[in-house]
Amino acid sequence: MDTWYMTTFVGKDRSGIVAKVTQALYEGGCNLGEASMTRLGGNFTIMMMVKSDGTKEELEKIIEPVCREFELRSHVDKINGELHKHCDPDVLISVHGADRAGIVASATGVLAEAGLNILNLETDVGGKEDRPVYVMHLEGIAERGIDALEKALEKLEEEQGVQTHINPIDTLIG
Amino acid sequence: MAILEILEYPNTLLKQVSKPVEKFDDSLRVFIADLKETMDAGPGATGIAAPQVGRFERIVYIDASKTKRKVKNHGRMVLINPVIVAQDGSEVGREGCLSVPDYTGNVARATEITLKTQDADGVEHTFQMEGFEARLVQHEMDHLDGILFLDRLVSRRNSLFKRKNYKKPASKES
Repeated sequence: MDTWYMTTFVGKDRSGIVAKVTQALYEGGCNLGEASMTRLGGNFTIMMMVKSDGTKEELEKIIEPVCREFELRSHVDKINGELHKHCDPDVLISVHGADRAGIVASATGVLAEAGLNILNLETDVGGKEDRPVYVMHLEGIAERGIDALEKALEKLEEEQGVQTHINPIDTLIG
Repeated sequence: MAILEILEYPNTLLKQVSKPVEKFDDSLRVFIADLKETMDAGPGATGIAAPQVGRFERIVYIDASKTKRKVKNHGRMVLINPVIVAQDGSEVGREGCLSVPDYTGNVARATEITLKTQDADGVEHTFQMEGFEARLVQHEMDHLDGILFLDRLVSRRNSLFKRKNYKKPASKES
């Protein structure tokens, strides 16, 4: 029976990793669902939904050679592979400011209290080494309306000295 | 009136370029009524183009008054042989499509347009449109040329939405 596995790979970034990993999975009789690859601090990271009719151990065997070749660490978890059930975000928020500990926790904390269900989150550290800048993008569903989130962000700006932007996402269907 | 079947990607008929309407007769009026009913039956749909239901003529039906958050609009309207004669600005926004279920993506569109179009009787009109309604017309008119929003996607990551609610710039940073 087909089973979905969440498969993650982490390692030093090099060109050709995605091609080799996906080729190994294809040759191993697996199918891919949704995936997200990004480079975080120079590290290659990917999360992939992998569908296989084998066991977790068999899937680990399929990816083992490519992990060895690229010095990747992997992790395989059995999951419920829910496709065709996307949730559409209705709000886009960005937060930026001088980097310091606790920005994400305080921002996401006040937003959660104000009813934000986060669907996507990306953060980056830019600027120079001695003056790092933190940039966060969030997309989500404003479960208690956008006004509640705006108020929460105003408070966050005052208390944390960050800048924030909030925009509704009016998804067009046509 | 009837709800028409919607062609779904990857049906190659959606890539076809539609022909101008030449006859403004009862058959056209019946089709427009069906098109409107089909749009209203599509979940959350604010527009539809004739080729989406397999009629390859330059006919679009829109209703930007149906959005959750109210936007500037001209209400329900049928556009026959529409042409954008002027456009200004560019903005990224989220789009989905009745012909591409369960997927939304970011697309850059002109923010203001001047639209020349005929109505169901063949009478010419000119409209100034902006924001969501301008985006809607551009999305639907793309269908007339065999273009889907999938052909115009920009990355979901770090996409630049218009900063409508730009707040005070930070002045505290040293």
